[in-house]
Amino acid sequence: MYNFDFVKPASVADAVAALAGEEAQPLSGGMTLLPSMKQRLNAPATLVSLTGIDALKGVCREGNMLVIGAATPHAVVAKEAAADYPALAALAGQIGDPMVRNRGTIGGSLANNDPSACYPSATLASGATIVTNTREIAADDFFQGMFSTALHEGEIITAVKFPIPEKAAYAKFMQPASRFALTGAFVAKYADGVRVAITGASEGGVFRWSEGEAALSSNFSAEALNGLSASADGMIGDLHGTPDYRAHLVGVMTRRAVAAAH
Amino acid sequence: MTKVTLTVNGRSLSGEAEGRTLLSSFLREELGLTGTHVGCDTSQCGACVVHVDGLAVKSCTVLAQDVDGASVTTIEGMANADGSLATIQQAFQDHHGLQCGFCTPGMVMSAAALLKDNPKPTEAEVRHHLEGNICRCTGYHNIVKAVMAASGQDVSGVGIAAE
Ligand SMILES: Cc1cc2nc3c(=O)[nH]c(=O)nc-3n(C[C@H](O)[C@H](O)[C@H](O)COP(=O)(O)OP(=O)(O)OC[C@H]3O[C@@H](n4cnc5c(N)ncnc54)[C@H](O)[C@@H]3O)c2cc1C
Ligand code: FES
Ligand code: FES
Repeated sequence: MYNFDFVKPASVADAVAALAGEEAQPLSGGMTLLPSMKQRLNAPATLVSLTGIDALKGVCREGNMLVIGAATPHAVVAKEAAADYPALAALAGQIGDPMVRNRGTIGGSLANNDPSACYPSATLASGATIVTNTREIAADDFFQGMFSTALHEGEIITAVKFPIPEKAAYAKFMQPASRFALTGAFVAKYADGVRVAITGASEGGVFRWSEGEAALSSNFSAEALNGLSASADGMIGDLHGTPDYRAHLVGVMTRRAVAAAH
Repeated sequence: MTKVTLTVNGRSLSGEAEGRTLLSSFLREELGLTGTHVGCDTSQCGACVVHVDGLAVKSCTVLAQDVDGASVTTIEGMANADGSLATIQQAFQDHHGLQCGFCTPGMVMSAAALLKDNPKPTEAEVRHHLEGNICRCTGYHNIVKAVMAASGQDVSGVGIAAE
């Protein structure tokens, strides 16, 4: 890993100011960024740690929203979201392993937008809002393809607001070596319809499965998906699974999520 | 270089760290505490697990400067005050939970974190908790047995369901 300057501000304003410098980058849990810097895929001149900013941490209920600070580790979400949004808590509790969950954060996961990451599916399926230091971004506009988001240079996620669904579940087909999702489906049922977001499958990153949503919005049961299948066009093909296999998993994991939703 | 001070196993220790100095390197090279092992250096194997402010972390993926001021427990801090092995360590010896021993510091630190939150875990909970700790030698059953034994549970059936 190339050397860099390390700063650890105590407020969002100071972090934003530090990020205005040449080649500065935020560091949250470091569970993705530090391995990529070790491989020299990334070589910022300054790392701005977000771990010392209390305002970015915590889980709190605001009316029918669950608001999660960007620098909240997965383990904290697994515990503190359990009463208000159990499907989201369960997703957080299945990320990686206990040590990854103690450091890795929701803000880092969303900013990174790994095509196989778990949180993007919950965020998109919930129609959540990503709050940054300058604006609010709807999940539908935030994810812009593999490892790409609507964030501008120097902009940081401060929180994520999740509307709490009537019923929801995440079903993850785990890739056993990486523990990421080979394909995962997050299903969330709201008064005005059902949203289904799929991770791990598409070359374009997380996406909404609209045929599945239409079928489930009129009949929220696993049977409603019978006969529906996702197209293999644009699905990821690698040594873990072909595009056809992943397209098949879209249906399978969505059915499992519907069956598990509560 | 920046001065970093940690409370390691109850003692306040300081050393110099660059921005890129990992907690694992800081402990091993700056403080001379080589019980924390580096197996993969890619956040996969868990040989480097230590506790930072009570939470198990992979020290190869934490910057030393990011945890300046924290309280850190390493494998060197696990033995009893008189130097005898702690219950978990003794259980690894009794149940042959190690062969080469390379993964053992991380296994013990991970297991200690589990037992702190969940003093009587089921076999399935132990296996789930140890997902981030890789052992190249023993095949896990004896490690799981050691953790179950350290929690005071009967281990005669451990490994049977998993086989
Ligand atoms: C062994 C292992 C297993 C894993 N398994 C899974 C899994 O099953 N599912 C899963 O989803 N993930 C998994 N992960 C990834 C893990 O969840 C990471 O924690 C996460 O992807 C990144 O979060 P972080 O806080 O560590 O971010 P960092 O690594 O600190 O940062 C990641 C990126 O986001 C940027 N960033 C960080 N915070 C912000 C912010 N607030 N605003 C703007 N930009 C920001 C950084 O600059 C960087 O580019 C795994 C990781 C490991 C090492
Ligand atoms: S050395 Fe840290 S996880 Fe392998
Ligand atoms: S005992 Fe050799 S790696 Fe685990």
